[in-house]
Amino acid sequence: MTPNQTDRLATRFIQFLVLIVVLILLFLLGDIIISGLPHISWHFLTSPASSFSAGGGIRDQLFNSLYLLVLTLIISFPLALGSAIYLSEYAGDNWFTSLIRTAIEVLSSLPSVVVGLFGYLLFVIEFHLGFSILSGAIALTFFNLPLLIRSIEGSLHAVPNSQREAGIALGLSNWRTIRGILLPMALPGILTGIILSAGRIFGEAAALIYTAGQSAPILDYTNWNPTASSSFLNPMRPAETLAVHIWKVNTEGVTPDAVSISAGSSAVLIIIILLFNFGARAIGNRMYKKMTGGK
Amino acid sequence: MPAILQTKNVHLSYGSKEALHGIDLDFDDHSITALIGPSGCGKSTFLRCLNRMNDLIANTTITGNFQFHGQDLYAPTTNLVELRKQIGMVFQQPNPFPFSVYENVTYGLKLAGHHDRKFLDEQVERALKQAAVWDEVKDNLNKSAMAFSGGQQQRICIARLLAVQPDIILLDEPTSALDPISSAQIEETLITLKKDYCIIIVTHNLQQASRIADRTAFMLNGNLVEYDLTSKMFTQPAKQDTSDYLNGKFG
Repeated sequence: MTPNQTDRLATRFIQFLVLIVVLILLFLLGDIIISGLPHISWHFLTSPASSFSAGGGIRDQLFNSLYLLVLTLIISFPLALGSAIYLSEYAGDNWFTSLIRTAIEVLSSLPSVVVGLFGYLLFVIEFHLGFSILSGAIALTFFNLPLLIRSIEGSLHAVPNSQREAGIALGLSNWRTIRGILLPMALPGILTGIILSAGRIFGEAAALIYTAGQSAPILDYTNWNPTASSSFLNPMRPAETLAVHIWKVNTEGVTPDAVSISAGSSAVLIIIILLFNFGARAIGNRMYKKMTGGK
Repeated sequence: MPAILQTKNVHLSYGSKEALHGIDLDFDDHSITALIGPSGCGKSTFLRCLNRMNDLIANTTITGNFQFHGQDLYAPTTNLVELRKQIGMVFQQPNPFPFSVYENVTYGLKLAGHHDRKFLDEQVERALKQAAVWDEVKDNLNKSAMAFSGGQQQRICIARLLAVQPDIILLDEPTSALDPISSAQIEETLITLKKDYCIIIVTHNLQQASRIADRTAFMLNGNLVEYDLTSKMFTQPAKQDTSDYLNGKFG
């Protein structure tokens, strides 16, 4: 075979592999959305789930997922931001930082069911938080931290060093340079990281079964007092999320329309995660353009 | 008139490797001094000692005497933030902040606590005019500084520096990333700035040094070989090495 032929063969082979990946993705997305979309209706999205009869919706589960997401981000974002700034801007290259990095790697590869059981034993039982959104949010923080830290660190790292020098040479302190110049420049990347990790949180089930619980008490959306047990804002109430709902309907659901509920819920889940992904890209591009004047 | 900045016996090492072997240089106010020499001779390293930018590099040891307005630059009590306001720096790659031109130029002033809109407007105009870029950006002050050409960006960076009214301007090969026309504009800008500032410029471009510098220092392998009036050095260099370098025999 001539080098030319080898090259063409290799190119074809690589294209073939990519095609397989794309086909798998398209097949999955297509199957879920096509079989789920017919079951999605306004009624499905806005009515509470029913345990025994057909016709229940996913209103509370959908809200729980979003609320849990917000709470998780409130807990994990400041932690991740601080750690990422430390790793990217302050830490030297020594055994201590490599220990931190290893810890982050390990954290990201923990099986979610293990984190769930750990959260159950520590937060739910030991700290008496019970099955609650708060327990769930803390457990999800475990997954979210490594993703967020890595993406924020990556975006800070991508800011050219000349910007740091510009800040320092202008008489800015290290912190002013970080706050005033590096963070704004890294913002598109940071936002993308947040939104992508949000997709991961949104789809997580195993860790939540043991922490946020599997029951969705009827919520009162007019009660804005977060300490009231029926209030939708109460972080101490058990909360079944959409992903957990799919799992539960399929394993122990007794409603006659369990199949269509899970198909519809799956489609809603996938669509929201797709929206997160496209949203992340759009926002990142827009902010980048705005800052660099479209260049 | 005493020199505004005096350095004596400057040694600098990265780890165990010494990069500067004892440099003595004095810089006068209202003049341009050029540092020339082949790549790796230590001219940029020396320049970065003057506003303590080398502090950022780990394992760097600097010894020697630096007197700025009669005060020791490296005294433990030196306020680095204040120091860098008085001794500003322009880099090889234009590095405007990713904000509007107006925000770039006012950044240092706002940091110093100036928020009066009228004062800021005046200072922006003054600095951009001094940097000879006002006519090109005055209608687009709210546009991102990064949207301008390389030469304009570099002059915006100079304006950003001038806004905080430094005493000394350090320039580290400010035109090497620019086209000849932009370079010529920067050179003109520097010549007009000379009457108000002490300017120290590192350059690879010998013609540039001969065009704009009052005095020139030639460095080689971490040593200062010769330091004299530019007109004298370029016509009658005292050392053979200088003559060889100026005639293109090496470097």
